[in-house]
Amino acid sequence: MPNLNDILIMLPEFYLVVAACLLLLLDAFMKSTERPMLHWISIAVLLVGIYLLIAGQPAQTVTAFGGMFVRDRVAEILKVFALLTTAIVFVYARPYLIDRKLVTGEFYTLMIFAVIGIMLLVSAGNLVTVYLGLELLSLSSYALVALNRDAKLPSEAAIKYFVLGALASGMLLYGMSMVYGASGMGGTPTLDLAQLHHVSSYTTSPKLLLFGLIFMIIGIGFKLGAAPFHMWIPDVYQGAPTPVTAFVASASKLAAFGMAYRLLDSGMGDLAHQWQLILAVLAVLSLAIGNLVAIVQTNLKRLLAYSTISHMGYLLLGLSAASPEGYAAAMFYAISYALMSVAAFGVILALARSGFECEEISDLKGLNQKSPWMAFLMLLAMFSLAGVPPLFGFWAKVLVLEAAIHANMLWLSIVGVVFAIIGLYYYLHVIKVVYFDKPAEGSVLAAKPDISLRVVLSLNALTLLALGLYWGPLLGWCRSAFGL
Amino acid sequence: MFTHLLSLLIWLPVAGAIPVLLAGSKRPNLARWLALIVAVLTFVVSLFLLVQFQPDAGGMQLSESYLWIASWGVHYSLAVDGISVALILMTTFVSILVIVGAWEVIQDKPHQYMAAMLVLEGLLIGVFCATDALLFYALFEAILIPMFILIGIWGGPRRVYATLKFFIYTFFGSVFMLIALLYLYQKAGTFDMATLAALPLTMKEQTWIFFAFLIAFAIKVPMVPVHTWLPDAHVEAPTGGSVVLAAVMLKVGTYGFLRFILPITPDAGAHYAWLVIVLSLIAIVYIGYVALVQEDMKKLVAYSSIAHMGFVTLGIFIAFLLVRDPANVDMARLGMQGAMVQMISHGFVSGAMFSCIGVMYDRMHTRQIKDYGGVINVMPWFGFFYVLFAMANCGLPGTSGFVGEFLVILASFSANPWIALFAAFTLIIGAAYTLWMVKRVLWGDITNPHVGEMKEINGRETFVLIAFAAAVLALGIWPQPLVHLMDTSVSHLVQQLAIHKI
Repeated sequence: MPNLNDILIMLPEFYLVVAACLLLLLDAFMKSTERPMLHWISIAVLLVGIYLLIAGQPAQTVTAFGGMFVRDRVAEILKVFALLTTAIVFVYARPYLIDRKLVTGEFYTLMIFAVIGIMLLVSAGNLVTVYLGLELLSLSSYALVALNRDAKLPSEAAIKYFVLGALASGMLLYGMSMVYGASGMGGTPTLDLAQLHHVSSYTTSPKLLLFGLIFMIIGIGFKLGAAPFHMWIPDVYQGAPTPVTAFVASASKLAAFGMAYRLLDSGMGDLAHQWQLILAVLAVLSLAIGNLVAIVQTNLKRLLAYSTISHMGYLLLGLSAASPEGYAAAMFYAISYALMSVAAFGVILALARSGFECEEISDLKGLNQKSPWMAFLMLLAMFSLAGVPPLFGFWAKVLVLEAAIHANMLWLSIVGVVFAIIGLYYYLHVIKVVYFDKPAEGSVLAAKPDISLRVVLSLNALTLLALGLYWGPLLGWCRSAFGL
Repeated sequence: MFTHLLSLLIWLPVAGAIPVLLAGSKRPNLARWLALIVAVLTFVVSLFLLVQFQPDAGGMQLSESYLWIASWGVHYSLAVDGISVALILMTTFVSILVIVGAWEVIQDKPHQYMAAMLVLEGLLIGVFCATDALLFYALFEAILIPMFILIGIWGGPRRVYATLKFFIYTFFGSVFMLIALLYLYQKAGTFDMATLAALPLTMKEQTWIFFAFLIAFAIKVPMVPVHTWLPDAHVEAPTGGSVVLAAVMLKVGTYGFLRFILPITPDAGAHYAWLVIVLSLIAIVYIGYVALVQEDMKKLVAYSSIAHMGFVTLGIFIAFLLVRDPANVDMARLGMQGAMVQMISHGFVSGAMFSCIGVMYDRMHTRQIKDYGGVINVMPWFGFFYVLFAMANCGLPGTSGFVGEFLVILASFSANPWIALFAAFTLIIGAAYTLWMVKRVLWGDITNPHVGEMKEINGRETFVLIAFAAAVLALGIWPQPLVHLMDTSVSHLVQQLAIHKI
């Protein structure tokens, strides 16, 4: 029977569920003129959520509902950053949504439900919770992509996302059922991740277990957007309204890391020697496809989509080390990527206006002349994504490379740096357009006057510099989460 | 006296860039003056290095160390030896001249230009005093960002091509160094350069690490055959960018040789010294010939830079050949000393040459040699300086160019007379390409009517050229203070060469 303690452990999640439902009610009974208030209320909801997470942080790992839900430092850190990046996305989204008359309660409630999905996913202690969290996140995301339902491109992207996502969910579920089956051969069947950890030592059907593992990796690969399961990423990034893209590219990636960590280390840790190489292959493919295909993109959102694929390759570099150091590096990478990509999309959102999405790279021509500050923020985001010191993204890359070397995969780290060189080109190309090109005739580039957006975006991008100069504490947290 | 002199030197120009940027494009003169004040202030502070640094005491001095990243044991640690002090002084000195040189020349967004220059200055100083390998690497890479912007915004017509090539080329080299450093970190558990220097490594490890370092620094120097980014970058860069690139940034490459290859992989260095020596000789002889046929003045000086940097690498690696024979240790030191003097001298001479070309370019907006001729008739004072720097470029005794080349050739002779013979070719080829350019640009009759309209150098330009001339002559006539400053550090480096680490 669930007791009060279980509920207290899950308090942030319960709170967000209640808050999201209240928001929905509020939206229904609000006058349309008051609706912009929803924006501030939702941000407040998320900030209170962060407060609850930090204030109620348990001293050590605790579980609730019979091990279904795990609250440890890994989950805490990922949740805090997921809530934070979602709040940032809300701030960036406001002028964009107002311009396009998309300010509706659905946007905010769906986002919050997606965040709850993320929180369940990264806290999962059981295969059922993994699936539950994943579906909550995915279903909310499908609907969010189709938010602008009258337009053709978003609908197409949403359908594509949904069909492929459902397929991947099916694969994952299929894999889970095999693992469940394997756990029952020679022992008691279980869905609990902590107990699944030891299945490989007693199961009489190791092949079934291995097949299950591979199917689960497909599910993880899809969620991360790692090649060859990356097909949905470019279309969804391009088609979705930019704030939703920013969410999918930031908070969602934290969830993907959490899911990978839970399934692979908590669940399949004993089989690390098996999945290590699979992840390494996925990493190399993602690095190659992401970086090479990004070079020829002319659409900025599509370019960032391929850049995501390549970044997931680096994240997998850390995961494939299959050591606490590797996980810490990968988590650091996921956090840094979330902050960097949300900043890059923030600049796009700050420049977009009604009838002008600012999503072609050539739209940014001469930004330095029109708005030097926005140009500078874009410069920070791009150099950080490219991994040039002293920016944040560089240290994240160093950490995963080190993890790979530490795990005796020197070759993998060399592949990583070679593709970093190739990737450098398209980031530099964006900076070239921003700084070196003259503005096009009749260019309407100008930053939005929205104060909250400007302030948060500036802080966001300057954080990339600040964390680049002093990243010790964040690394310390990530390492402490894995007991280092 | 300053307790955190080195930190102050790094952060003063970087922090100074912020008010310069804030001055904005509406108040260009404020931005210029602020930048000049910051640069002069940095130079004055850097003079305290001469007071506080004890050249005879040896070792790394004025050290500062703070724990930067606790879980990795990375320190923000700085310290200098004589060589670093000389390079830092050159950096602060050249930075002032660059800012003065760009005063009216840069009309488009001068505040951004000046700010980029100041950030670049701070980062370069940081590279010359970092004693933690990861800190060094971060700074080493970070200098690409301001340079990328400088060439890309204020450069010539093909600036985008040149600046992308510059960035990607140098980035390409340095990532392998990063892998090598991470590997060393695995073994040593620290990035402290002194500890890495004492780390025993097998020959196989040393070989791989040696080549990883070599590709990183050879591209920066640049050495043949990875030099092709330099002529493009130089030709397209604005004058100030060229000056800093030639005077200071190339030295980062040779400085990396001293700090990484020499102490960390001495055995591999000795084993492959022949390779670097051959590449240096190719740079000296072949690139000299390439310089001879250039029609663009900047390109010509860029190629001559590659040839002169060949002397630096030759001097460093000839010491490897010599040092393993106890009778020749003194000669090895001489070669190394020559290389160091050449580094400083080339900084001033090439900076001066690029400044001169900049002066002419501002008047004529062309760098083609054939567009000039008879400049001396309209600009006699300018001609005086131009001839002086040209003489220094061919290594005339009495100028700074002579000292370094002479010492290196002397040391090469005791290693192998053939090496000395090829190295000495430079005396002929260098004179040929430099003087032939002077002949075609300065002397003769005015054939291009635009040359007739050129105006004599103004006070600002005269100041820049006089400052360069003073440095070139001072080092040429009385190199003793510079040699004394670096002497103990050079001896220490030569000792490190002789250590077997296997």
